Amino acid sequence: MDVLSVRNVYDDAERAKDKKAALGADITIENFSDETVNALDMIDDLDDLDKQTKKDLLQVGVDTEEKNRSGSFLQVDQSNIFTNNSMSDSIEVMNMGVALEKYSWLEDYLWNVVKPDADKYTAKTALNEQENGVLSGYFVRSLPGTKEVMPVQACMFISDEDIMQTAHNVIIAEENSELHLITGCATGDDVGSAMHVGVSEMYLKPGSKITFTMVHNWAEQVEVRPRTGVKLMDNSTYINNYILTSPVSTIQSFPTAYCDGENSRAIFQSIQGGKKDSIIDVGSRVLLNAKGARGEVISRAVAQDESQIYARGHLAGTVPEVKGHLECHGLVLSDDSFIYAVPELEASSANLEMSHEAAVGKISEDEINYLTSRGIAEEDAESMIVRGFLNMDITGLPDELAEQTQRMIDMSLDGM
Amino acid sequence: MLLEIENLAVEVAGKRVLKDVNLSIAEGETHVLLGPNGAGKSTLFLTILGFPQYDVVEGSIKFKGQDITKLSTAERVKLGLGVSFQTPPAIRGVSVRDLLKIESHQDMDEELNPRMQELAKQLKFSDEFLDRDVNLGFSGGEVKRSEILQLLAQMPDFTMFDEPDSGVDIENVELLASEIGTLLDKDKPQGSRKRSGLLITHLGYILNFVSADRAHVLIDGVISCSGNPIEILEDIRKNGFNGCVECAQCL
Repeated sequence: MDVLSVRNVYDDAERAKDKKAALGADITIENFSDETVNALDMIDDLDDLDKQTKKDLLQVGVDTEEKNRSGSFLQVDQSNIFTNNSMSDSIEVMNMGVALEKYSWLEDYLWNVVKPDADKYTAKTALNEQENGVLSGYFVRSLPGTKEVMPVQACMFISDEDIMQTAHNVIIAEENSELHLITGCATGDDVGSAMHVGVSEMYLKPGSKITFTMVHNWAEQVEVRPRTGVKLMDNSTYINNYILTSPVSTIQSFPTAYCDGENSRAIFQSIQGGKKDSIIDVGSRVLLNAKGARGEVISRAVAQDESQIYARGHLAGTVPEVKGHLECHGLVLSDDSFIYAVPELEASSANLEMSHEAAVGKISEDEINYLTSRGIAEEDAESMIVRGFLNMDITGLPDELAEQTQRMIDMSLDGM
Repeated sequence: MLLEIENLAVEVAGKRVLKDVNLSIAEGETHVLLGPNGAGKSTLFLTILGFPQYDVVEGSIKFKGQDITKLSTAERVKLGLGVSFQTPPAIRGVSVRDLLKIESHQDMDEELNPRMQELAKQLKFSDEFLDRDVNLGFSGGEVKRSEILQLLAQMPDFTMFDEPDSGVDIENVELLASEIGTLLDKDKPQGSRKRSGLLITHLGYILNFVSADRAHVLIDGVISCSGNPIEILEDIRKNGFNGCVECAQCL
């Protein structure tokens, strides 16, 4: 019997296959079709992709020329069609199936910080794996003591109508190493409706650092349910950046960082632009479980059209001498849109420090007036304020990556 | 006349703040607007500027011979109006540098032009400072200098200054006054000045450094007295604004 069966992963999943998620609209998984794993052919070069796909990928930060990258991974539907693992001596990038064959220990990292019975989406992913093996998703690992400043790029792409895409990713930063990831998710131009479930489990060994920058650009009828868990050991740092400014049907995610190591630090920064009738329910949770741990959750949300944004943040301090700060700012631009900010602080020990700051409102008239008094037309002033509001300073990235991220943000904000 | 205000009555949120204001400012002239708190000085400024909350119920404002009473703020500014605010709002994600480029009609992709870089230096701003979000966490002095720097980018034909010296230390008042002088063509002989301005000042301290041609005292929504700035200030220092009230009653 394999390790995952011994750990009852599949039994747990089986029991949870109809379990509704705690948050977000309940999606009927059966409306989407399972794709055969690795049904599509591998490509030799990202350059072989058609022009439109290249453009779609670039929009979410994935450079098909692989400039300034330390590795690439591309999954289309349920097939890994491209992996480049030869760009850096410090980084390993593999398809999950390949990685599990190479490293028998990797199974221990599966379904550890994300539970298979969390809800029906995780259960579905686990049950797919039971049937086909753990084959979709990526494995990225930085070797001990290495500091690769160039990012690995990983992309999940949906190319066909009504597809259910699942992926199971494991990211490991070994002791005293540094790892940067850009992950982009997108759909082909002709795709209307689809579903994406991405299970991501990250492990930060002592003294390591991971930055994970994710740009989403889904089609208007795509249901998105990422499930992410991050485990931090002593003196490690995790920085998560999330950017979504294009319409989507519904997205619900609540990535959780477990600061189990002393002086570990988790930062979540997110930029959410709600358009059309998107329902965006994105939160971040940091559990401060060890002395000296710190957590920060910062989000900026702008709701337009008929969009609904639930901006959640949850900090829980369970031991003394931890610190956390939560900041949630929202702008509501139309009478038909709405923002529901839910900042939660939970302190179950004395001698800890946690704070939150939340403000939701319309664009300040004073700010518009100020800009018009400099000769800027009212409409342009509004869009400058909205873009400025969303354009937060992303901290913690190496210079080159910070510049690239800024360009990605600028590109995402172009349509705002 | 560059600016001509006739029989102006203004309401803010249904309350009449300005009652019957008449004011004319010719090309090349600098005027001062004095008056107690709540007299309507800022309302007059912001009405001239055309902020939507200021509802003109009577009268008109003409600028360069054109009736601008119904124009939007941005349109008025394009015609050559400018203003420095006393306490401008902070705007996240909008840098001083971005604004300077827009104000000096530059392409956003270009580097800030050398003239503005030099002026920023003169106003004691480092290059890094220009990348800060406008007014966010600025000190009182930084706010004033940034307002003047932005006006120098615009070089309006008519500039209004709302308390440009409040909260500024002596050393910087002189620096600001010299740049305000540039905005009002003070470096040119009186006869050949083109740019005009209107200064709101509480204490008149700035007038030690910027010469003014005429002063007006606004009390209770009406200009109660106009004349030589030095004499009027002297009067107010001796008798307070009460003297002006009495004076207005004699009129």
